[in-house]
Amino acid sequence: MRLHNLLLLVMILGLFHAAWAQSPTYGLGKTPTAEEIRAWDIAISPDGKELPQGSGSAKEGAPLYAQKCASCHGATGNGGRAPQLIKIDSSATPAPGGKEPPCLSPCIRGANVMGIHSPYGTTIWDYINRGMPFGKEGSLKPDEVYALTAFLLYKNGVIPEDQIVDAQSLPQIKMPNRDGYVLPEWKHGMPRPFPNKP
Amino acid sequence: MDSKKASRRKFLKGGAAAAAVGAIQSASGQTPAPVKRSLKDEVAYGERSHYVTSVRVAVNERPSPDEFGLTFHVLTPLQDSVGIITPSALHFVGTHRGAIVPDIDPREYRFLLHGMVDRPLEFTLEELKRFPSVSRIHFLECLGNRARPEHKTVQQTTGLTSCSEWTGVLLSVLLKEVGVQKGASWVVSEGSEEVKGAGSFPLAKAMDDCLVAYGQNGEPLRPQNGFPVRLIVPGFEGIYNTKWLRRMKVVDRYYMTYNDYGHISNDPKVAALTFQWGPKSVITSPSGGQKLSGRGVYQITGLAWSGGGAVRKVEISTDNGHTWKDAEIRGDMHRMAHTRFGMNWKWEGQECVLMSRCTDELGQVQPTRAQVAKVFNVPPDYYHTHGVPGSDNTVVPWRVASDGSVYNALA
Repeated sequence: MRLHNLLLLVMILGLFHAAWAQSPTYGLGKTPTAEEIRAWDIAISPDGKELPQGSGSAKEGAPLYAQKCASCHGATGNGGRAPQLIKIDSSATPAPGGKEPPCLSPCIRGANVMGIHSPYGTTIWDYINRGMPFGKEGSLKPDEVYALTAFLLYKNGVIPEDQIVDAQSLPQIKMPNRDGYVLPEWKHGMPRPFPNKP
Repeated sequence: MDSKKASRRKFLKGGAAAAAVGAIQSASGQTPAPVKRSLKDEVAYGERSHYVTSVRVAVNERPSPDEFGLTFHVLTPLQDSVGIITPSALHFVGTHRGAIVPDIDPREYRFLLHGMVDRPLEFTLEELKRFPSVSRIHFLECLGNRARPEHKTVQQTTGLTSCSEWTGVLLSVLLKEVGVQKGASWVVSEGSEEVKGAGSFPLAKAMDDCLVAYGQNGEPLRPQNGFPVRLIVPGFEGIYNTKWLRRMKVVDRYYMTYNDYGHISNDPKVAALTFQWGPKSVITSPSGGQKLSGRGVYQITGLAWSGGGAVRKVEISTDNGHTWKDAEIRGDMHRMAHTRFGMNWKWEGQECVLMSRCTDELGQVQPTRAQVAKVFNVPPDYYHTHGVPGSDNTVVPWRVASDGSVYNALA
């Protein structure tokens, strides 16, 4: 009898434990402040909710590009030792010595650049902000990142030269390849669809 | 008792006696000099024998160092591998821009887990180690692991995969600790190298079997492999296994980071061949660049693995794929891990093509390039010179010439 009661108690405690599964079990780690999270939170969603205050235009971006980007990416955005950034108008092949990035799907020869290919303008802002310029990553101020993003979008024919790019307008820019991707599905135990038979 | 066995035993006995005589002679006359070792090597951290010279090499698709003085991806010498564990010092390296490894003081290390969670938390390395640890053997493989006709060796065709025992805390434990909110569907993980490489993958995978790992093959991670903490996303493309992990954000959409954008496709058939590696295998010996020393018995041996789980069987063909025989699994099988296979093989001096083919626990079978070509409606030899869509898990054939030299049969 007693043993039964004990078992019942253990079972009840077990149920309680399941109900509490949403509360922390280990109590380890420190709660970060909102400010700390903001400082770390640099991945920019396509809806732009993590974008900071600031703005810039292609006109402001042009001298910045010449100063901070051209030495690697080339004065015209192609033919440099770093990947091509600006589409080639007159020819379908990259400039001599130029390094065209691998042709992504859909492959657009001469225009296989982030400013055309990325389905969202936020991707460009995000990458310039986190990864550029080479050797001085993280040194650009938000206004500079907005201006450089605007410059690349203008030079690739996506926006007009005088458009102000900021946290509100950047997610609204309709990129030419907006619908050019399909997300893969993933479920536990899911095989690839093909070819699965020899 | 047949006389063959008896005579064999006699022969072995005689052989042993001869070997013993040899040992005595060597002891009296030709004892090898002791290896000269530094105190550091002898006591603190052992080096391998100086007769062992197996090393990694940089990929040959681009010059190394490149225009920026950086070495791009580095390949594991699979041709010399035995068993299933890749020595940490020989683990392949794939980095975003090449060879830039951040120097992170483990005492300063922090991992932030936040986003659509009830309680965002920041963990030190010491705190991560206070969670229950698990150790699991898993392969890693870069999406760039694609055999090409110009590749000479298995290191070049397939060396962007390695296998280690990883130790850490299950990501699901940490996600339960912070309390994932309703509506969350993706996670974005981020490293702390110079570009802070980030990528999006499904929350379902994050809750399934991912590891926040601090150990590799019995010691802390190597710097090139993410010291002090990296993510292990078993069976997924290498890029999701974020090194130098600093942050994970739980979100409700694909974030389309730079890494994500580089992996997208507008073709649902191609998109379906990403994330999780298909069943794959390669013969590591005999393989390209090696030479059989003469007719007789050899071991055909290699590695098989799958992002879909455990390897169920491996088959070997010695006649260019016309007939197949089951190989032996030599060692333990682990899910999403390299699995060693082998087969006795008598080479009679004929020219032939060797292949291996993996079937995994989901029943998926490793395809040839011609089979992939059929699915994508291109000529059968199209993918000999073009990259196959999605991650490349196609059969790698080795041609044995009549003089015993082994070549890449894609060439």
